[in-house]
Amino acid sequence: MAGIELLSDQGFRVDGRKANELRRIQCRLGVFTQADGSAYIEQGNTKILAAVYGPHEIRGSRSKALHDKVLVNCQYSMATFSTGERKRRPRGDRKSKEMTMHLQQTFDAAILTSLYPRSQIDIFVEVLQSDGGNYCASVNAATLALIDAGIPLKDYVCACSASFVNDKPIMDISYLEESSGGAELIVATLPKSEQIVFLEMNSRLHEDNLSHVLDMAVKGCKDIHDVLDQAVREHVGEVAAISGLE
Amino acid sequence: MLTNKVFLKKTKKGSILKIVREHYLRDDISCGSSVCELCQHDDKGPVLEEKLTNLSQKVDQSHYIIPDTNVVLHQIDVLEDLSIQNVIILQTVIEEVRHRSAPAYKRLKDILTNPTKHFYNFANEFNKETYVEREPGEKSNDRNDRAIREAAYWYQQHLKKLESEIDIVLLTNDADNRTKAKEKGLTSFTIHEYVKGLKDNGTLLDKLAHVGTGLVHEKDKVQFPEHLPLNEILRGIKSGKYLQGSFIASRENYLEANVSVKSEDRWIFIQGHMNLNRAVNDDTVAIEMLPEEEWSCPSSLMLEETEEKTDDADIEAEDAKLKQNKVPKDLRQPTGRVVGIIKRNWRQYCGILQQSAIKEATRHLFLPAEKRIPKIRIETRQAKDLSTQRIVVAIDSWPRNSRYPHGHFVRKLGNVGDKDTENEVLLLEHDVPHSNFSEAVLNFLPKMPWTITDEDMKHRTDLRHITVCSVDPPGCTDIDDALHCRPLANGNLEVGVHIADVSHFIRPGNALDKEASNRGTTVYLVDKRIDMVPELLSSNLCSLRCDVDRFAFTVIWEMTHEAEIVNTKFMKSVIESRASLTYGEAQMIIDDPTRNDDIATSLRGLNKLAKILKQKRIDKGALTLASPEIRFNIDSETHDPIDVQAKQLLDTNSMVEEFMLLANISTAQKIHEEFPNCAVLRRHPSPPPSNFDPLIKAALSKGFTMNVSTGKDLADSLNSAVIENDKYFNTMLRIMTTRCMMQAVYFCSGMIPEAEYLHYGLASEIYTHFTSPIRRYSDILVHRLLAVCIGADASYPELLDKHKTQLVCNNLNYRHKMAQYAGRSSVNLHTHLFFKKRVVDEDGYILFVRKNAVQVLIPKYGLEATLYLNTDQRKKGPLFVFNEEENTQTCGGISLHVFDRVIIQISIDRSNVQHLKLQIKLVQPQIPEFSVAPTEDDKSTDDEPPTKKQKLDI
Ligand SMILES: [Zn+2]
Repeated sequence: MAGIELLSDQGFRVDGRKANELRRIQCRLGVFTQADGSAYIEQGNTKILAAVYGPHEIRGSRSKALHDKVLVNCQYSMATFSTGERKRRPRGDRKSKEMTMHLQQTFDAAILTSLYPRSQIDIFVEVLQSDGGNYCASVNAATLALIDAGIPLKDYVCACSASFVNDKPIMDISYLEESSGGAELIVATLPKSEQIVFLEMNSRLHEDNLSHVLDMAVKGCKDIHDVLDQAVREHVGEVAAISGLE
Repeated sequence: MLTNKVFLKKTKKGSILKIVREHYLRDDISCGSSVCELCQHDDKGPVLEEKLTNLSQKVDQSHYIIPDTNVVLHQIDVLEDLSIQNVIILQTVIEEVRHRSAPAYKRLKDILTNPTKHFYNFANEFNKETYVEREPGEKSNDRNDRAIREAAYWYQQHLKKLESEIDIVLLTNDADNRTKAKEKGLTSFTIHEYVKGLKDNGTLLDKLAHVGTGLVHEKDKVQFPEHLPLNEILRGIKSGKYLQGSFIASRENYLEANVSVKSEDRWIFIQGHMNLNRAVNDDTVAIEMLPEEEWSCPSSLMLEETEEKTDDADIEAEDAKLKQNKVPKDLRQPTGRVVGIIKRNWRQYCGILQQSAIKEATRHLFLPAEKRIPKIRIETRQAKDLSTQRIVVAIDSWPRNSRYPHGHFVRKLGNVGDKDTENEVLLLEHDVPHSNFSEAVLNFLPKMPWTITDEDMKHRTDLRHITVCSVDPPGCTDIDDALHCRPLANGNLEVGVHIADVSHFIRPGNALDKEASNRGTTVYLVDKRIDMVPELLSSNLCSLRCDVDRFAFTVIWEMTHEAEIVNTKFMKSVIESRASLTYGEAQMIIDDPTRNDDIATSLRGLNKLAKILKQKRIDKGALTLASPEIRFNIDSETHDPIDVQAKQLLDTNSMVEEFMLLANISTAQKIHEEFPNCAVLRRHPSPPPSNFDPLIKAALSKGFTMNVSTGKDLADSLNSAVIENDKYFNTMLRIMTTRCMMQAVYFCSGMIPEAEYLHYGLASEIYTHFTSPIRRYSDILVHRLLAVCIGADASYPELLDKHKTQLVCNNLNYRHKMAQYAGRSSVNLHTHLFFKKRVVDEDGYILFVRKNAVQVLIPKYGLEATLYLNTDQRKKGPLFVFNEEENTQTCGGISLHVFDRVIIQISIDRSNVQHLKLQIKLVQPQIPEFSVAPTEDDKSTDDEPPTKKQKLDI
């Protein structure tokens, strides 16, 4: 018998989760002091660090400045030790460039950009360890870092992936599930208003199943939102306590 | 709710990678017992009962059983028995079974879903309290055994906590495992101890598998070469020392087999007990090539292992005898020997018990119905009962020092010779699903009375005003197709083919659809039909009977009178057939000059066009191949065959056939154009030139040269090879040609390059099956695709997934092949019944000449039989001399050649009551001492039943 059973008859996935369960999320805000805002997130074995600078004046060529809104500048990179086989270069390959662009689009839609015309916000994302869902974890980490930096957002931006196995949608897929060749749907939403700011689909999926998978991914975003929100509140509480003591 | 646990795993994938996978451990997994109030049970409720039934003398307490992996793998027949209930199957066990045996895994899953068995699948690997981590240096098998013990222990403690009387019994045949379990305070037995201790163990004891050497016969003085361990085999295959392939035993000679080598696309020949080395038909084996001077070739000797006396015959003596036959260099074939088994593909076998000569013996030999399977030694205490029965047996093992594999009794089917039993045997042997349709399936049938609604008409064209009729064989109740032809105003002709709209009633993915997809095809036996879809559909709602409104999928062509297609339209429609005709009736209408009604003109138009279409096809190189097809006239009361006749072919047969071919080709083009990646098509690969060697050789003996370079050349050669006063010669050639062909197969268009779509036999670049959806699932898929093309129906995910479609196609190919074999076996069975009461003299033609036999075709009965000849000087009787060069057998100055016309006497050989065999004897030409006198009259001979006395000889 070849292959792995991605979803058993009893409803367990290879790693012991059920179809509608997220991987464990652990996150911390304010991990650096140099940056204006920073955050670290673990979603399962995917580990990501995000740092935010700004808003500040446009760096480099002035011509890039936008007169009516802030320039969101992203940089996505993967540590050379983040995957099973060592990567050759941390950024600049086609995949990283694409990911950078996707992040830029996502946060362009979520940041209240019109508040800071002719300025710039930098978002740096570094993947320390990769085990599926890199984009989603990057978005979630960047959201926390933006909040830590105090940059006004319409809402949290939460991203989650979903796939379709044995005629059932599954949430938050790991690297193993990603590489099994099934469809992969990635969604970033503003959970409160349920607006979708980014949607990407890999491989083929019949249109009849799309809504089930999409619902699953959106549900995942909401679950992630709850976890992130909790972390933010705890962090704010801690910061308030510390500053209160001083 | 989630606990995180990370474990490390190394895998090889070119280079060694470190793989880190998460493993979540949970605390919400139910124990599945109804006594438990601590666990949260699944929606379906707990599986394991509170009151238990399987009480054993070994355990006086009620208990749940936990079997280990080997018990599940080897004793699945015992676990399947209804008396074994309340069993916990651990996840560790399921996963090991899944990796080691696909059939056992499937059967285990079937048991798990059967609610009356109370089998519970416990996810111990995901449970926080039962998960065990592999210790450094621990083997994975040992870890799994420990995990099983740990889970059993957890259950024991869990049930104690509930203050329940229920105990846990761990079944394992591994002594070490048992000792360790007992140290932990667990109750543990071997499966044999446990079953023997059961109060009512009846047939269960017989079902126990014997792995190991328990059944070795003292008389077997054999010592097979050892099988190599798997890792050594794999290394050998990688280095090219060994080859991997699937083992196909010869049907005609139990000492010979061929191995089809996967990597090289060729056959390697294997000969002799020691070289076959315990491989059984269908196994995946590793072979080593023999040095060229030891190569051999098929002896063209027909050897059947039915005689008891061969049992004691020394294997080595038999092998030595083979070696004496020096094979001339030019005949040698690449020959090898089996060095190891990569995967056994044993299934359950039907057959009969060959009762041991010793009265009190419990060990007996089992004789499988399939000639490719060796006899199997089993242990049973009910031999006397079983001796008159057809039984099912499974193989357990084949130790080195045993002449035969060891197995165990599974169940009985009924009395030998009983028609129902024999049908059951041939359905089982050909893996034909034939149980009644389940309630779940029948629920998806339309509710009666069925009416056509406005909703139905939305995507349909009303064609009820057209004069449509169907033409089929007599007695046909599942009418797939109907036709019409009428003149158009512009002078052209409109031709319509209307096919039953089965896909309207069978919706994708429901139980009815799954059942049909699994069955794949309707199977036709001589006196029985095993439907693919329930009768309400096959014989009523889908069947295009006359004078009722029926849904159809219609193809309409506009054609010129020269049968050139002007345009093609597809539509879903409603029709009302005006007449359900037989081929004969239709022929009479065409030939009757007084009839000038719509039906008659329609039929004549179709007939005229069909002839042109056929000529065009033949010009393109399509083959017309004859194969003897016969039909039985069956006594309506006793269902005994009273007469046999070869099927006749009328003009109208080929008329219907032509339009079906045309509809199939038009559909294939259409769906391939719309769905280049996922169309279901049918191809017939051109045969490799070497396949034609026997044909060329045979034709040459009569002075004809066959050109086989293309299909067209072959067709031409066949057409010109005619002997003036021997009408049957050409037919024989065509029958031989059929034997050279490859199998036609279904495939998914996205899986192979377009150049390979070719249908060789029909000389068409593309082909599919569209015209028989009532009896073929492939046609249902094609209907669905076509419906999407014309916007009459929606697609669904599986339909557009080429990998899934290919999997379905693979199953269909398998089922079709098996259905064909089952049909043939059924004809054989009835032939035997027919000749049981008769001895007849008939004309026959020699089809093949072999080393110790000639194969004779008897056209009247469409039968092929073997006439055995004595070529061994040591035996008594007239001696035949085989001339390999000229392909003849000579005796007393008379030679038998291929194509020779002979007269033979057909009767039934009753020397073995359990295995009636058709027997033929030569009447003409007369060879002294060999030929028999003609029968005086072909009336029934005395019908005395076979005497019991003969049975003792076995
Ligand atoms: Zn419990």
